Amino acid sequence: MSRSRSEAGATTADPLRPSDHADAEAEASGDISQPALGVVGWLRWGWRQLTSMRTALVLLLLLAIAAVPGSLVPQRSADPNGVTQYFADNPDLAPVLDNLSMFDVYSSPWFSAIYILLFVSLIGCVIPRTKHHWKALRAKPPRTPARLARLDAHRSETVEFESETDAAAAAASAMEAAQAQLKKSGYRVERYDSGAALSVSAERGYLRETGNLVFHAALVGVLLAVGLGGGFTYTGQTVIIEGRTFVNTMLDYTSFNPGRFVHEEELDPYALTLDRFDVTYQPLGAQGQGQAGDFVAHLTTQYAGEEAGTGEVRVNHPLDMGGDRIYLMGNGYAPTLTVRNADDEIVFSESVPFLPQDTNMTSLGVVKIPDGLPDQMALQGFFYPTQAPLHTGAFASAFPALVNPVVSLNVWVGDLGIDDGTPRSVYTLDPSDMTQLAGRGTDVEPIELAPGDTVDLPDGYGTITFENESPAGAQGYEQSVKRYVSLSIHRDAAATWVLVFAVLATAGLLAALFVPRRRMWVKVTPRGRTLGVEYAGLARGEDPTLAAAVEQFAQRHRDGLQSPTHPKVD
Amino acid sequence: MPESSALTLDSVSVLLVWTAITIYALAFIAYAVDLARRGADAVDAKDAQLKVRERELVAAGGASAGDSAGELRAKEKAAEANLNAPIGRRKRFVWARIGTSLTVLGFLFHVAGDVTRGIAAGRVPWSNMYEFALTGTMLIVAVYLVVLIRYDLRFLGSFITGLTLVLLGASTLAFYVEITPLADPLKSVWLVIHVFVATLATALFALAFGLSVLQLMQARRERKVLALAAAWAEASAQPVKTGPRFLGTLPGSDALESLAYRFAILGFIFWTFTLIAGSIWANDAWGRYWGFDTKEVWTFVIWVLYAGYIHARATRGWRGSRSAWLSIIGFTAVLFNFTIVNMFFKGLHAYSGLS
Ligand code: HEM
Repeated sequence: MSRSRSEAGATTADPLRPSDHADAEAEASGDISQPALGVVGWLRWGWRQLTSMRTALVLLLLLAIAAVPGSLVPQRSADPNGVTQYFADNPDLAPVLDNLSMFDVYSSPWFSAIYILLFVSLIGCVIPRTKHHWKALRAKPPRTPARLARLDAHRSETVEFESETDAAAAAASAMEAAQAQLKKSGYRVERYDSGAALSVSAERGYLRETGNLVFHAALVGVLLAVGLGGGFTYTGQTVIIEGRTFVNTMLDYTSFNPGRFVHEEELDPYALTLDRFDVTYQPLGAQGQGQAGDFVAHLTTQYAGEEAGTGEVRVNHPLDMGGDRIYLMGNGYAPTLTVRNADDEIVFSESVPFLPQDTNMTSLGVVKIPDGLPDQMALQGFFYPTQAPLHTGAFASAFPALVNPVVSLNVWVGDLGIDDGTPRSVYTLDPSDMTQLAGRGTDVEPIELAPGDTVDLPDGYGTITFENESPAGAQGYEQSVKRYVSLSIHRDAAATWVLVFAVLATAGLLAALFVPRRRMWVKVTPRGRTLGVEYAGLARGEDPTLAAAVEQFAQRHRDGLQSPTHPKVD
Repeated sequence: MPESSALTLDSVSVLLVWTAITIYALAFIAYAVDLARRGADAVDAKDAQLKVRERELVAAGGASAGDSAGELRAKEKAAEANLNAPIGRRKRFVWARIGTSLTVLGFLFHVAGDVTRGIAAGRVPWSNMYEFALTGTMLIVAVYLVVLIRYDLRFLGSFITGLTLVLLGASTLAFYVEITPLADPLKSVWLVIHVFVATLATALFALAFGLSVLQLMQARRERKVLALAAAWAEASAQPVKTGPRFLGTLPGSDALESLAYRFAILGFIFWTFTLIAGSIWANDAWGRYWGFDTKEVWTFVIWVLYAGYIHARATRGWRGSRSAWLSIIGFTAVLFNFTIVNMFFKGLHAYSGLS
């Protein structure tokens, strides 16, 4: 029990544990006021405070508290749209929170300060303990205490021996048996005899402290791997429409976030073609109707100068290409639209990815036609894989698969705002310099098209066609619209190292928490016709089974002394 | 509830779960009676030896008033011996025995309900809030029953059955959802491993929590009894309330503390594993092993809190009651993570199955 453990602790105090470790002697505490500290003195004092158990504890608790706000407020790293929304919803509060780095908690100065201090403390703690432990590993077990009976786990026995036996020989033989038994149970042993009283001192469980040190050092390893590894990591996003090819260069990425040491010109040369994207939906009327699953992107993969191969990307199953891992992040429909001018010349013909807005794949898209018409034109609107009227009269998609596909587009003409070189997202439209010709807010109905339909654009601008992509002879709309996938391409040089250190930490933790570190003493004193045998044990750290271990050891030793197989001493 | 056109396997499961809940309620009552009886017995035994003067004090509410420090230790030692006694040699607490029998019975129904849900769904029964609660509470009871084989922890019975009753009852009422196919990100072996281990850790933390609470109550009682014993010597004693009477039949705060610690470190190991397994899974599913998603944040916070608890136990001035508070705060965070974070916080781990 801890009560007696701390008493016993005084005899085994470990000078190089932090001075306020529960096992350390109270006098070793750093609290003692020292007169007239010089600069060096203050530095020493500060260092000792920083590397004390209490500081480590307080910093740990601070770390836990400091991590919480990041779960209450959206974070730029995980949820940038959430942050924008938060600013819109709380225009007064948001800037204040922003000044406190509340939207970047995990890279904020205060959060960093806490964990850096914690790790400095950790290193300051681990290094001296490692040195100390290194010495302890080669030191002899300590001298047998004079009064074993004062120890927590203690048992004494009296063994009689046959009358003709020499007392000293009997004692020596009992001692040897004890020594052998201790060694067999993994103890390191050392004899300390004084006069007729023989004793052995034994210690085991050095692995406990080793585990503790490995655990703490591995945490530093995790931190370093995360920190340094970030520099060699990149993530990039791209969109591939069925039938199209992505080439792994900067040109084909829609966005790219490289770490500090990544060379953008030196990406692995490979290409990916999306042959087909498959998904299944829970049928109408079933439980979870419309729920999507079993997403698979079937790809043709090609390394420069090699034969083409095939690959699949599924959720939970990224594709490995060179050192990169390729993840399926999203999917959607890309209706193929063709616009002709009044002279029937094609001015635009492309599959345009529409962004899904709900689970039934009601999707939003923008078509920008900068050239070929008298004015620049933009078409913006929805694609419904299964169009159905809402009770408000508006439309929505009622099912995510292609049952009744329709695009519905509003038309603008004017200045697209792309000529001045300002980068604009292809998914959004800024109509401030444009005039709306059709759709909501005008007298003209929006353009509505099913696959295969062609209608006139308003004001005689020409025509627009929603191309039906079904192969010849196909029934229904099932394959009438192309799909696209959004892929995320990652290289994370550090992940493996993080895992290695994390596993090392866990292994260390197991040893640190569950290997018992204990000392055991056996003392044999001849007393006339009998031998007094004493057994005692002392644990360092938590050791609920110490008493039982001493008990069991004594029992076995005793049985051995009396068993006929034990070599008799004559 | 499902339309009862036919008795589906899932509605059988729900029926079994309600049966289990009812039996747990009875077990809870039996365990509560047990604690009350223990308190009364402790007082009766005391009454027999007390002189009139002291009897007045007892009547005034100082259940253990008059215990000397020696008596206190002796009783606690006896309780500690009982804590570690093998099953056959434990004290006969009749009501505790009834409670345990009922708990075992309830547990059997609980397992049956859980298994039928799993069979009906054709997958492991832990992929939405209702199922987390169903399997989670089942593991809490399972861990408790397994631990009973080694330690006589029946004094925690009312806490365990009470907790199970509340979590399981509320989840069945509020979180029940019909079986739907798994969302793609959940189709992974890591669902089986990560969630199962997390739940196991939760069960161990729950036991540690219960013991830590008792430890605090017991420590308070010990302080008061000792203070009272000291005051007694000066014959100026006032009746003092030292806490619920059953505390007198429980092990001392030190013994409770070291037992709480043992469960907490086991839980901590499992939690560490949860954290690592979750990261591996996140790396497969979302393309990064760590992103400070809300659920990740809370898993991390809990891990750090328990690391703090373990440290506190090794820091002078923090052993004992202060460290017990950390264990209590840690488990509160675990419950918070399961309920509030799952239901109200936005994040990638949106698997409550509720809309
Ligand atoms: C990243 C921060 C830290 C974490 C997560 C952490 C975690 C842990 C854990 C889980 C244990 C229990 C396992 C064992 O006994 O080996 C432990 C023990 C220990 N830690 Fe830390 N620790 C941290 C920082 C520190 C620091 C800064 C110090 C130095 C002041 C320190 C000193 C110790 C000591 C001496 C023990 C042994 C306690 C005992 O005797 O039971 N730790 N730590």
